[in-house]
Amino acid sequence: MTDLPPAICFAKVSKVFGGVKALQDVAFEVGQGEVHCLAGENGCGKSTLIKIITGVYQPEAGAEMALFGEELAAITPNLARQRGIAVIWQDLALFPEMTVAENIAFESLLGNRPRRVDHRALRAAAEAALARLEVSLDLDARLGTLPIAARQVVAIARALVSDARLIFMDEPTASLTQAETDALLAVVRTLSARGVAVVFVSHRLAEVLEISSRVTVLRDGRLVGVYPTEGMTQARLTELMTGKTLDHQVRARDTSGDPPVLEVEGLSRGNEFRDVTFTLRRGEVLGLTGLIGAGRTELSHVLFGMNRADAGMIRLEGRVLRMRSNRDAVAAGIAYVSEDRLALGLIQPQSISDNAVLAVLRRITGASGLLSPKRQEDLVAHWVRELAVKIGKPGDAVSTLSGGNQQRVVLAKWLATEPKVLILDCPTVGVDVGARAGIFRIVRELAAKGLAILLISDEVSEVHVNADRVLHMAGGRIVGEYDPRSTPLQDMEAAVYA
Amino acid sequence: MMDRLKQALGPEVPGLLGFLLLVVVVFGLTAPNFLTGANLGSIAFQLPELGILTLAMLIPIISGGFNLAIIYTANMAGLTLAYVLMQFGGAEAGIGPFVLGSVLALLVGAASGAAMGAVIAYIGAHPILVSLAMMIFLRGLGEFLTKGGDISGFPPYLATLGHGSVLGIPVPLILFGVCAVVWHILLTRTRHGFAARMVGSNLKATTYSGVHAKRTLVLIYTLSGVMCAIAGILMLSRFNSVRVGHGEALLLVTVLACFLGGVDPFGGFGRVAPVVIALVVLQVLSSGLNLLGANQHLSTAVWGLFLVGVMILRWGAERWKERKRGRG
Amino acid sequence: MRDFLRAYPAEAKLLAVLVLIVGFLSVASPQFLTLGNLTSLLNNNAVNLIWAVGLLVVLIAGGIDISFAVAASVVQFVAVSVLIGMGGGNWALGFALVIVLGIGLGLVNAALIHGFRIISIVVTISTFNAFFGLLMFFTGGRSIYSLPDWLSQPIYLWEYQTETGWADIRLPVAVMVACLIATWALIRHTTTGRQLYAFGDNPEGARRAGINIWLMQAIAFGWCGMMAGIAGLMQAHITREVVPNALIGRELDVLAAVVLGGARLGGGRGSVLGCVLGVMLVAVAQNGLNLLGVSPYAFKMVVGIIILAAISTSNIDLAAILAPKRRDRE
Repeated sequence: MTDLPPAICFAKVSKVFGGVKALQDVAFEVGQGEVHCLAGENGCGKSTLIKIITGVYQPEAGAEMALFGEELAAITPNLARQRGIAVIWQDLALFPEMTVAENIAFESLLGNRPRRVDHRALRAAAEAALARLEVSLDLDARLGTLPIAARQVVAIARALVSDARLIFMDEPTASLTQAETDALLAVVRTLSARGVAVVFVSHRLAEVLEISSRVTVLRDGRLVGVYPTEGMTQARLTELMTGKTLDHQVRARDTSGDPPVLEVEGLSRGNEFRDVTFTLRRGEVLGLTGLIGAGRTELSHVLFGMNRADAGMIRLEGRVLRMRSNRDAVAAGIAYVSEDRLALGLIQPQSISDNAVLAVLRRITGASGLLSPKRQEDLVAHWVRELAVKIGKPGDAVSTLSGGNQQRVVLAKWLATEPKVLILDCPTVGVDVGARAGIFRIVRELAAKGLAILLISDEVSEVHVNADRVLHMAGGRIVGEYDPRSTPLQDMEAAVYA
Repeated sequence: MMDRLKQALGPEVPGLLGFLLLVVVVFGLTAPNFLTGANLGSIAFQLPELGILTLAMLIPIISGGFNLAIIYTANMAGLTLAYVLMQFGGAEAGIGPFVLGSVLALLVGAASGAAMGAVIAYIGAHPILVSLAMMIFLRGLGEFLTKGGDISGFPPYLATLGHGSVLGIPVPLILFGVCAVVWHILLTRTRHGFAARMVGSNLKATTYSGVHAKRTLVLIYTLSGVMCAIAGILMLSRFNSVRVGHGEALLLVTVLACFLGGVDPFGGFGRVAPVVIALVVLQVLSSGLNLLGANQHLSTAVWGLFLVGVMILRWGAERWKERKRGRG
Repeated sequence: MRDFLRAYPAEAKLLAVLVLIVGFLSVASPQFLTLGNLTSLLNNNAVNLIWAVGLLVVLIAGGIDISFAVAASVVQFVAVSVLIGMGGGNWALGFALVIVLGIGLGLVNAALIHGFRIISIVVTISTFNAFFGLLMFFTGGRSIYSLPDWLSQPIYLWEYQTETGWADIRLPVAVMVACLIATWALIRHTTTGRQLYAFGDNPEGARRAGINIWLMQAIAFGWCGMMAGIAGLMQAHITREVVPNALIGRELDVLAAVVLGGARLGGGRGSVLGCVLGVMLVAVAQNGLNLLGVSPYAFKMVVGIIILAAISTSNIDLAAILAPKRRDRE
């Protein structure tokens, strides 16, 4: 394949928005059939670069652009499409109510002039695309009934129907289970073998590093470098993306002497998880790691009273908890920070202030039985200060905040309930690497004050650094317990990602 | 101070007050009898009926739904009161039966609202469909019970409620004022009102925060039903009769008034004050046109065009703000 | 069978309910399953069905239209006035006129929705008030009783004498069938129709894929307006008069029937079959109650109960019951 010109060969690409340099003299090259990673934090210029490649934005003068060996003075969206450049955005842009076949062969349905739909040709095109990916799906199934992973395959197939020769995939593995990720990676290998280049765009690359050959790292609109993935670790990549050396100092301490707060015994629910037993102590950060689909979120839903266990028992400070809903859990002193901040953690269009007090409406109720704006103001001001949330006005919509600051608002909401147990379900999803340290600083401070914290994460390094003890969950069971002080990160990662 | 007031009443208020002023000035100059006590009095007597019904529509919209059954809920409540009064001698009935009838009317309103709320909250059906079905049911029930006719001949003291004044202020207006203040407090200063706004934006996230969102929904529709019942009682005393279908034409006007008052059609946002001002604007428009010789139908048309006009202006203002932000 | 259940779950349930009711009525009332009764059911519901498929297209595209019944009144009045002014006209002219006027009113809605980014419920509630108010203002509420002969003469397409009387199919039924087939062809078998589904399903995805959004709104509301106009003409033909406020209020009944038929408020889902089932379920229930000697005042109450019951059972998944093994894929 070395004699083929590269799929993309860009150099000296700059882009300025109203005085802000979004991209500065960036070079980017992807070979045909190559699997490549484009890494960087939010705001590093990744999406600007993609939009220039796909013709949505025009770069500043002086850029050198070539697609498949052809020098181009300017790229329009149509031209990019004709040359076979396709982007699969994280939200997929598919149509859940339409069939798989229609979604794949959607291009044939486009155009302003009404034409007769050739249902047979449409199916044939969809079938052919799936065959090239070596997967089979029910063509007549409504897309909305398919799991996310299958929908991603549909999105890839759709790109193939329009003869894509280079596919950008935006955060492709964010919500996939390990098995699903494996299946997706198999599809990517098939594509690569057929000469289609794939570029993963992500800031969580653990899953895709192994099948990529090179990674391009951007930071603050500049090219940091292009590196072979062989020997690259997640930790090294994080350093390159943030430009900071993150200290991997283990902070675990011995908590075995502290009084137990949450005791879980033989907890089981359907085929979600089975026979889970552990103790969470006062002032302890207990890490819970495992691959997506291991049953972690399902377990936390039961601990938070959203679902009921089939068997087993939960004790809080020695008393058996029977919860009919999460309201009982909140009342008992259990708080839960959901992994899905956009849909479940916060009410995005509503104000920062209202989000922060939502779980403690009783606390801001005055003697008259009415809500007191003064109390609300004070409470919000207290937590904004305490957690150093960067906000404009408390009345601004919470959606205007960055991921890290939104997560602080979620924490404020739950800390206001004065919980005894805090469950953090992947608290750094969608939070920039740089801002994660701040979140974990808060977590450790809370633990130091005596809060019992269950820290769930699929990034082993996160729990290794921040937890006192780490439980490993797989297939719905607790399969191991590690002490970060005696188990090196490599060993723990090997056990979990094996 | 101004900021606080603006925050409490909502950002739509100054614009709507401007419209009100404009409408008053235009009609004051063109319609000779517009700025007379008699005309203002008639506005004050006409406003409350539509106003209370609009309040009944307001909170379901804020919670992300709709209550299309408001008119027939009001009719059914009125019918309940009428039946009780008839049982106790019609025109001769005393205050006792009126109180009893009113309580029962409120209960009927609450029950129909609660039933809708329960289906919406616990089955997850679309509020438009649920309330539409309830509307069709109540209309049928009412027509079945009355055989399509009307009931009239109520005690004379009811005229005080419908047509009387206290210290020069019409009683219906006082009733509406009280209802509006209660609604304002409900929405801004109570836990349920707070939860209603949150549910309107994101039901699931509200539930995850430990709020009993389903109960909130049931309560919202129950309160909406109670407000309908109050409107029904008022309509009975104003017309001195009850007929199923009374006020039918007001159904979509209440929705119009809510949107005019800046209530978010997707739910989550809405305030009482701007909606009340929007109602006043609508009523003043209609009364001014009336004085100029137009009939109610032209007012209806103008109301519709007015809403479109206001939405276009809001769109323009939004674009202008965006452009300013883009430049800055 | 299972494929049908999977593709059209709401329609399948409705069909089951309709079959049950029909079965019950054919036993309970000897008149129900007579040719005369069935044809009169069709004749009486032609107008509602024409409206229903018009509204369906708007719902599929993710909008809602409250103004169509009032628009039908406007079209009816203007068209008949123009035709009388021209000296009578004929069917071809009549259809051409109502189609043009209907599409025109629909495009007013579409232009306001697209041009100023106002959501469809706000726009159509505005135009509902504006259309109706202006119509009543300019007509002064006066009806037109003397229609041109061609319009007021009933046209029998098919007649058959049975033991219980004449069964016949009239022109509006044929027009209704044509509207149904046209709508079905549009939404199932043209690229434009599939784009409408896609647009209603995921507007942002549709925009990114290059679908012309203005065209979608214009087609959806234009189609609904056209159907409103045709229905208005048929209504005038059936009742042999034009009464400006005769149709107001019907919009919500039609909306209920269409949504009952599986069209989703919010877009992306709905079928012509569902529309027919939704409208016919309500019609058959009323017809049956009538035949059973129930007071006409009780009809609507029962219809309300039927719709409420249908909603309340809507979380029962027939496909999952018939195919329990598939459950894990849902």
